[in-house]
Order: sequence, then C-alpha cells, then structure tokens
Amino acid sequence: MWAAIESLPFLVQGFLVTLQVSFLVVAISLVIGVVMGTGLVFGRWWLYWPVRLYSDFIRGIPVLVLIFFVYYGLPVLGLNLDNFWAAVAALTAFKVAHVVEIFRGAVQSIHHGQMEAGKAIGLTFWQRLTWIILPQAVRRFLPPWINAVTDAVKGSALVSLIGVVDLMLAVQQVIGRTYEPMPLYVTGAIIYFLINYSLSTVSRRLEVRFSYIRD
Amino acid sequence: MAEPIVRIRNVEKSFGQNRVLRDVTLDIERGQTVSIIGASGSGKTTLLRCINLLETYDAGSIEVDGVEVGYRSTGNGRRRRRSETELAAIRADIGMVFQLFYLFPHLTARQNVMLGLVKVRGKSKAEATEIADHWLDRVGLADKKESLPAELSGGQQQRVGIARAVAMSPKVLLLDEITSALDPELVGEVLLVVKRLAEEGMTMIVVTHEMTFAREVGDRVVFMDDGLVLEDGPPDEVLLNPKHERLQSFLKRLNLAGIFAT
Repeated sequence: MWAAIESLPFLVQGFLVTLQVSFLVVAISLVIGVVMGTGLVFGRWWLYWPVRLYSDFIRGIPVLVLIFFVYYGLPVLGLNLDNFWAAVAALTAFKVAHVVEIFRGAVQSIHHGQMEAGKAIGLTFWQRLTWIILPQAVRRFLPPWINAVTDAVKGSALVSLIGVVDLMLAVQQVIGRTYEPMPLYVTGAIIYFLINYSLSTVSRRLEVRFSYIRD
Repeated sequence: MAEPIVRIRNVEKSFGQNRVLRDVTLDIERGQTVSIIGASGSGKTTLLRCINLLETYDAGSIEVDGVEVGYRSTGNGRRRRRSETELAAIRADIGMVFQLFYLFPHLTARQNVMLGLVKVRGKSKAEATEIADHWLDRVGLADKKESLPAELSGGQQQRVGIARAVAMSPKVLLLDEITSALDPELVGEVLLVVKRLAEEGMTMIVVTHEMTFAREVGDRVVFMDDGLVLEDGPPDEVLLNPKHERLQSFLKRLNLAGIFAT
C-alpha cells in the first residue's frame, strides 16, 4: 500500500504524459477529421473517395498494428519518429477516421431542407455550413465524439508498448520494483476513470448548452 | 405590356425516363400573383424549384428580372452553370416559402428573419432587427419574436417563414404548397398574410392545392398536367369553364364543382 502512495509522484509523471498524448491526439484529429468529414459529405468524387477509403481502411485494422507500423515500419521508408511522436501520429491517424464518421453522421442527420432554406435566402455554401448546418450538427456531434475522446484516453495506454512512459507504463514500472500489483493497478484504474468521468460530465453540460429545445 | 419579371422558356427536365417538365413556357408580370395547380406529380413543384435552381433543369431558360438564373448561355445553345457566389446573389432576390417551413431550429423567430439580412444583405444588427421586427409584426407575431421554432404552432412557423422570405425584399416570391402541412384551422391565418402581400403588389408564384385560395388570390391560374402547362388564364375562366378534359376531371375529383357553382 505504501508503495503505491510513495510512487505517486512518478505516477503523476506518467499521468501527465497520458494527458499530453490524449490531448494532442484529440485536438489534431478533431481539426483534420472535420476537414476530411466536410470533404466526405459535400465533396465531389475526387474528394469523397480518398476520404471514404482512408476511413474504412483505418477503422479496419487494430490500432496496435498502426502504432507498430508507424514506429517500426515507417523508419524503413526513411521517416524516423521518436516513440512519443510515433504514438501521437498513429493514434491521431486512427482517431481521424472516427471523427470523420461522427461528423458525417451529425451533418447528414440535419434535414436537407435546412440547406435549401439557406440557399433560398442567398447564403453561399460556406455561410450555410457556418450559420445553419454546423450549429445544429454540434449537438449531434458531441455525444459520440466525447465517447471517442474517452476511447482515445483509454487507447493511449497502448503507447506503453513502444516505451512511452505514460500512466500505464509508469504503473508497470512501479510494480516491477515493488511487486505489489493490486494497489497500483487499482490506483491506475482510478486515475483513468477520473479523467473519463470528468469528460462525460463536461459533455453533458455542453449538450445542454447546445440544445435549442428549451426545457 | 411591360417586360415580364419571370420568363420561363421551353424548360425541360427528366428524372431518368420520367419527363417531369415538357417544354414549359410561362411569363409572370411584375406584381402579378400566379397560382399553379395540378395533381401530385404534375411537375408544378419541380417547376417552382427550378426558378431558384433548387432543382436543375435539362434545357430551356429561366430569367428573373432579365438575369438568367441557374445558367449562363454561352452561345450556340451551350450553357454553363453559374458559380456558387453568382447563384447566391441571384437567389437572394428570389424568396421562397416551403411546405415544411424549414425554419432554422437553433435560431429565434427574429434571428431566422435576420440571418439573410445580416449575412447576405450586409445590414447592421440594428437595421436587421428593425426590418425583422417590422415583418414579424406584419405577419402577426409581434409577441413571438424571441420564440424558437419548436415553441411555435405550425401556422406561426409558416408565418415566420413568410417573414424570412419577404424581409429580403425579393423580386418574386415562390410559395410551395405552404399550407399543405398545416392543421386545417391554421390555414386561414397563413393565407390571410399571403392575400395581403398580393394586394400590396408582391409578385408571387403560388403552388397550391387550395382551389378557393387560388381563385381568390391569383390574377392567373395555371394548370399543369404531366409536365405540361395545359391551361393558363384568369381564375374564373380556368376554374369555372375548364376547356381541357384533364382539368375538368381534376376539378371533379376535388369535388369543387359544387363550391364554385354558387
């Protein structure tokens, strides 16, 4: 028990790395995913098909394979990333595919009449997207996206397998020294849970904020 | 006679094998209200949607106030689709009210009317608010300006839809079966608003199933059947003395003979 408490500063280091990886993955994938999602929903075939193929392909392979591919595979092609950035790159590539699909679902759930009404008053495509479609889509985007974010936090534990000392690997290293697996795994689990629980709480608040049906 | 504000010339459109518009030619004069009637699938809604290019068409041309709407002829019978920006500018001058209202659900009644004024017409917030309030007052929604669409009845939503369209001061207003989705007791309030607009000289093209309304409000009634304009004339002439057998049976099916005979 003491071991777990004494090792807390070290675990906090790992926790910060987990946060760092998760934050980068979530932020970058959000931007790229929304841009690619726009291409998927509104683009012509030469925009649609590359995104479609990318999304289907990426979602069809285990994320661990992707991580190993980026870390061990890409150097063969001359692209050498250290383990931290290889982990971020692989997880981001994976998460982008999810953001694309969530965005597609959210935007396509908006009735096509909304686009027409926007056209009828003379709004251009980007104006319709900015003032009509996206504000409505946010509400439908948030719940599945927060799920994807918590998935990203949990999935970030996989980066321990290429030697990034995140929360997961920190826990394992402490166990290696103290031979006290139970208290440490429990501590680790609690920290992961707290991150994700606070995320879902924020998400529920946001959903209320973006709801346009007043209760 | 003055230049027509809307000139529809030989418009053709097919959905696959199905020809929905066949050589449609129609002129609408400034200040006129034209009702288009016909059975479902006769092409009347499609024709209306072609006027602001919500629907593309295969051949022919449509001009509003001397400007070709969706396409620009490039000589020798070819045409090029207008760019997004050109189209938006042209559509801003053509108002449309939809059967299912299509209000923006995340915006209040006032914001619904203001959006086009601010983003398209470049009005300041203050100016836009003033115009929006003016039109919401006009359609009888002075006390509903802050309401979201979900908090309004169908008839109220449709009146916001009308205010949103007319606030842009369009050259022509397209009304697409605007009372078809309303409860019967709410139809009257919406038609009253339209009737007032007609009296004030708004140019309108009204696709409708309300024959009594078509007769009352329309300067002209156009009957379409199977993509063709079969009759076109003053309401009483078209509705009371239908020349064409298709129109006779259409009116008979609506069982209107009794109503109009009085």
